Amino acid sequence: MADININTVNKYFGDVHVIKDVSLDIKSQSFTVLVGPSGCGKSTMLRMIAGLEDINSGTISIDGQVVNDLPPKQRNIAMVFQSYALYPHMTVFDNMAFGLKLEKRSKDEINERVNEAARILQIEDYLQRKPKQLSGGQRQRVAIGRAITRKPKVFLFDEPLSNLDAALRVQMRVELAKLHNELEATMIYVTHDQTEAMTLADDIVVLDTGIVSQKGSPLELYDRPNNMFVGGFIGSPKMNFISSKILSKSSDATEVDIMGMSKISVSKMSASSSEGDSVTLGIRPEHLVVNGDSDGSWESKVFVVEKLGDVTYLYLEKDGEPLVAETEGHSEIKVGDTVKVGFPAGRCQLFDSSGQAFK
Amino acid sequence: MTILNLLFIVFLGILFFIAYFHISNYLLDSYGGSSVKRYNFENSIRVIVFIAPAFIVLFIFILYPVFETIRLSFYDKFGREFVGLYNYKWAVNDPEFRRSILNNLVWLLVVPTLSTFFGLVIANLADRIWWGSIAKSIIFMPMAISFVGAGVIWKFIYEYRGPDNTQIGLLNAIIVSLGYEPQAWLTIPIWNNFFLMAIMIWIQTGLALVIFSAALRSIPKEMLEAARIDGASELKIFFSIIIPYLEQTILVIWTLITIIVLRIFDIIFAMTNGEWQTGVLANLMYDWMFRGGGDSGRGSVLAIVIMIGVIPILAWNLYKHRQEQKI
Amino acid sequence: MKKISLSSILSQLLLLFFVIVWIIPTFGLFISSLRDKDLLAISGWWTALTTTEINEIYRMSGMESQIEEDGYFKIKGTLFEDNSGKKIESFGINSKKINEFKIGDIAIFKDESEVILDENGNYEWRSKSEFQKKKGKRLFTTSLSPPSFTFENYREVLFKEGIGRAFVNTMAVALPSTLIPLIICSFFAYSLTWMRFYGRDTLLAIIIASLVVPLQMSLIPILTIYNDFGALFGVAAKSYPGVWMAHTGFGLASTTFLLRNFLKSLPNEMMEAAKVDGASHYDIFLRIIIPLSIPAFASIFILQFLWCWNDLLVGLVFLDQVPSEIILTAKLKELLGSRGENWEILTTGAFVSMTVPLFIFFALQRYFIRGLVAGSVKG
Ligand SMILES: Nc1ncnc2c1ncn2[C@@H]1O[C@H](COP(=O)(O)OP(=O)(O)OP(=O)(O)O)[C@@H](O)[C@H]1O
Ligand SMILES: [Mg+2]
Repeated sequence: MADININTVNKYFGDVHVIKDVSLDIKSQSFTVLVGPSGCGKSTMLRMIAGLEDINSGTISIDGQVVNDLPPKQRNIAMVFQSYALYPHMTVFDNMAFGLKLEKRSKDEINERVNEAARILQIEDYLQRKPKQLSGGQRQRVAIGRAITRKPKVFLFDEPLSNLDAALRVQMRVELAKLHNELEATMIYVTHDQTEAMTLADDIVVLDTGIVSQKGSPLELYDRPNNMFVGGFIGSPKMNFISSKILSKSSDATEVDIMGMSKISVSKMSASSSEGDSVTLGIRPEHLVVNGDSDGSWESKVFVVEKLGDVTYLYLEKDGEPLVAETEGHSEIKVGDTVKVGFPAGRCQLFDSSGQAFK
Repeated sequence: MTILNLLFIVFLGILFFIAYFHISNYLLDSYGGSSVKRYNFENSIRVIVFIAPAFIVLFIFILYPVFETIRLSFYDKFGREFVGLYNYKWAVNDPEFRRSILNNLVWLLVVPTLSTFFGLVIANLADRIWWGSIAKSIIFMPMAISFVGAGVIWKFIYEYRGPDNTQIGLLNAIIVSLGYEPQAWLTIPIWNNFFLMAIMIWIQTGLALVIFSAALRSIPKEMLEAARIDGASELKIFFSIIIPYLEQTILVIWTLITIIVLRIFDIIFAMTNGEWQTGVLANLMYDWMFRGGGDSGRGSVLAIVIMIGVIPILAWNLYKHRQEQKI
Repeated sequence: MKKISLSSILSQLLLLFFVIVWIIPTFGLFISSLRDKDLLAISGWWTALTTTEINEIYRMSGMESQIEEDGYFKIKGTLFEDNSGKKIESFGINSKKINEFKIGDIAIFKDESEVILDENGNYEWRSKSEFQKKKGKRLFTTSLSPPSFTFENYREVLFKEGIGRAFVNTMAVALPSTLIPLIICSFFAYSLTWMRFYGRDTLLAIIIASLVVPLQMSLIPILTIYNDFGALFGVAAKSYPGVWMAHTGFGLASTTFLLRNFLKSLPNEMMEAAKVDGASHYDIFLRIIIPLSIPAFASIFILQFLWCWNDLLVGLVFLDQVPSEIILTAKLKELLGSRGENWEILTTGAFVSMTVPLFIFFALQRYFIRGLVAGSVKG
C-alpha cells in the first residue's frame, strides 16, 4: 500500500554534505529502523521523508508518487518527535484532534477517532488534561496518539522513547510492536537503542555519515555485517576487533595468524585479498570462549569483572588491545586471574584493511 | 470630531489590519494545496503577505527617512537647493548649537552614570530586606509616568515664590526653613541643568533597578555563601564578586539609558523650553523644524548629530547579533 | 551577630531614605490635586494635614438684603461657602488692623453701624439708619482651616479645562498605536523566525539596527510626506491614522525584536508537528503562536502602550493642537505655559494623565517588568 522509494537522495546544509546518494526501498507495512552514530543524518532522512527538509537531488516517492515537492500534509504521513512536541496550551483531546480539525472533519468523526486512538493507547482517562499534567510516558502516548488519529499510511518515529526511563521504554517498545501489527502501516523508526532496533525491526538500516552502510534483517546484520562499521555498531557490548595477517588462502578458506600465538582457518573469502595482507578479525563477546575448547587461543589477564546476573563480562586484553568476553552469570573468575581465551573459527568475521567484510 | 466618530475610526483602523491578514490568509489557504506548483506559489505569496505591512512601515518611517535626512542636511531650508556643507558650517558656528552639544554631553555623562549607580545600590539594598519589593515598586513607579507628568511633579518641587511669601515648592520651603533665601532654581544657568537631570535620574533609576534585580537573582547563591564562609565582608563581596558578575548588565543598562538620554526632549521642552541655557539637541531640532517657517536643512543636521551619538551602540549591537547568528 | 544587625539597620535606613526621596514628589502632587485651590496657592502641600491659618477679605452683602428687626436695619449673611470647615479666630474692619476684634466683640464702623461675627462666618450687620450702599463693607478675617480634601479640582480639570477630552484623544492615539504594531509585527516576527525566504538575515540585521535609530532622524522627512500627502488628497495632513502609523513605525523595530526573541524560544519540533498535522502557516499562527504568546504580547503591549500614552513629541508633530486632537501630554505642556500659577489645575491634570499608567503599573507590574528586562537585552 505504501512503499517508500528513496532514490540517490542528496542533502546539503550549506556546504556540509549530510546525506550522500542514499537509495533505499522500504516495503509497505514493514517496520524499518534507522540506526547510526549521532550526527550521521538519521533525523535528516526522516525529516526529508516527512517533507520538513528540502531535498537537494534525487527523489523520494511514497506509494509510487514522487513527493519531493509536496508539503507534509499531502504526504499521508505522521511523525512522532523525540521531545513529544505536544501543543502545551491544548488538552490531550485537542492535541489529538488538531490534525482532524484542520481537515475539517465532522465532530462525530473526530470524537470517534480520538477515542479509538485513546483506547488503543490507554489514555482515555487523561483526555481533558493538559500535557503539563502528564508523565513522560503518558505524553509519549499522546504524541503517538496524535499520529494515529490521522490514519496515515506512513509513521515516522524520531527516537520516540529516548526520554523515557528503562522500564517504561521496554513497555512502550512492546506496545509499539503491537501497534504496528494492529495498524498495518509502514513505519520508519530512528533509535539509538540496540534492543529496540533488534526487537522491533523487520529491516535495519545502518547509516554512517550520510551513507547507507547496510540494510537487512536484524539477524543478517548481526551475523553477517557488511563491514567493520556495521559489525562494530550492531551488538552490545561491541564486537571485539583483533589485528591479524593473512597467512594463506585456499579455495574456500582463509588462514590468518593471531599475532604468532595461534593460527585459525576461517571459511570466508575475499577476492581482492592476498597473502600477507593485514586484516581485522572480528569476534563478538559471547563467542569468545574462556577456559574452554576453541580453534585459536591465548592467555590473558582479567582486568575487570562485571557481573550482571544473567551474564558476566570479562575485560581482557590481547597484545595491548582490549577485549570483552561474555561468560555465564555465576562465573568464578576474579580480577587478576589469568585465563585461556579462544574462539571457534566459524564464529569470527574477517575485514580487509578498508573495513569490508570477507564473505 | 465627536467622541463617537473617534471611537469609530479607532475601531476601523484596528479592524483594517486584522482583516488584511485574515482575508489574505484565508484566500491563500483555500487556494493552495492540490499541486506542487500551487503550494510553492502559495508559500512565496504568504511570505509577502506576512512581511509586507511591517516592511512598508519600516521603509517609510525608518529606512527612507534616514537617507532623506542625510540628503536634506545638504540642502537649503526648503530642501530644494543644494548648499553643500553650509548647514554644518552654520551649526559649528552657532552658539546655541554649541550650548546644546555641551548640555547633551553633560546629560550623557551624569544621567546614565547616576541612574545606573543608584539602581545598583538600591537593587542590592532591596534584595535583602523584607520590604524590599515594596521599595522597588515605589522607586520603579516613575518609569510609568510621562516625562511631561514628571515635569509637572518636579516643577512643583522647584516652585519659587518671592522671599516674602510662603513657599509652596518643597525645595524652597526646605531652603527657607534652613534660613537661606529662596531661589528660582530653573532659571539659574548651569545649575538648572542639574535640576532637570534630577528628574531624568528619578525616572531612569527604576529601569536600572529592575534589570539589576533580575540580574542579581541570577547570581549563584553558592558563590556568595562560599565568599561569606571565607570571611569576606559584605562590602568586599559587593565589590569583588557582585560588581564583576554584573559587568555586562551594567554596560547594557548604561547604554540603554544613554540612548534614552540622547534623544531627551520632553522634560526640557515642558520645564524651560530650552531657556536659561538648558537647551539640548533634540529641543533645538524641534525648534528649527518650525522656527521661521521651518528649516529642514538645519533640523536635519541636528538630527544627524544625535544619530552620530548612537552609531557606536548600533555597530556594537550588529556585531553582537552577528556573533549570535554564527553559533 | 551585633555587627550584622547594625549593618542591616543601616541598609534599611538607607533604603528608606531612597524610598522617601522617590515617593515624595508624586505624593505631593497627589495630595495637592485633592486640596482646595485657595489653600493650595498659599500653603505647601505638606501642611495639608494640619490646620492652616488663612487671612482673607470678604465683603458683606449690600442694601438689598437688609431687613428691619427690633428697630434696627439688619443685614445677615455668611462669609464662607457651606461646610468649608473654617473657624474664624479674629477679624478686623480695617486693612491696617486685621486682627483688631475677637469673636464676640462688636466692631463698630465709622458710620456707627456695627457688626458681630461668629466663628463659622455668620455675621449680623446692623444700623439704626437704613443702609444706602449697594456694596457691603469689607471684613478681614483670620481663620483656621482644618484639613480638607475635595474632588472639585478634578471636576474642573476634566470638564472645563479640556483634560477630559484630551484623555479620550490620548486613548484614541495610544490604543491603535499599540495594537497595530502588535498585529503586524507578530506576523513579521513569525516570518523572520519560522519561514524561510531570501533576505531574511538582512531584514533581521536592519531591525537590530533600527532599534537604536533616534526618532529625530525620521521627523522631518515624515512630516514632509504627510504634508505632501495632505496636499495631494486635499485632506488634513495631521490626523489620527497618521499618528498611529508614526507610532507604529517608531515602535516597529523593538516590538518585532522582542516578539522574535520570544518566538525563537518556542520549540522547533512543535511547529513541525503542526506542519505534519496539516497546519498552514496561518493555522500555526492563529492556533499555536497566538495562544502561547499571550504573556509576551502582554509585556509588549504594556511597553508600547505606555510609550504612546506618555509620548509628547510624536503627538506634538503629527497632530494639530486643537481640542479634538490634542493629547494629554501636549495639553499639560500647554497648561504649564498658560496656567503656570494655577497649581490646582496643573497637579490635577498631571495626575489625571498618570491614572492609566499607574493603573497599568500596579495591576500588571509583572508583565511590565518582564518586558523591560527582555527589552534590555537589546541594549
Ligand atoms: N538545520 C541544520 N543546519 C545545518 N546543519 C544541520 C542542520 N540539521 C542537522 N544538521 C547537521 O546534519 C548532520 C545530521 O544531523 P541529524 O540531525 O540528521 O543527525 P542524527 O543522525 O539525527 O543525530 P542524533 O542521533 O544525534 O539525533 C549533523 O552533522 C548536523 O550537525
Ligand atoms: Mg536526530
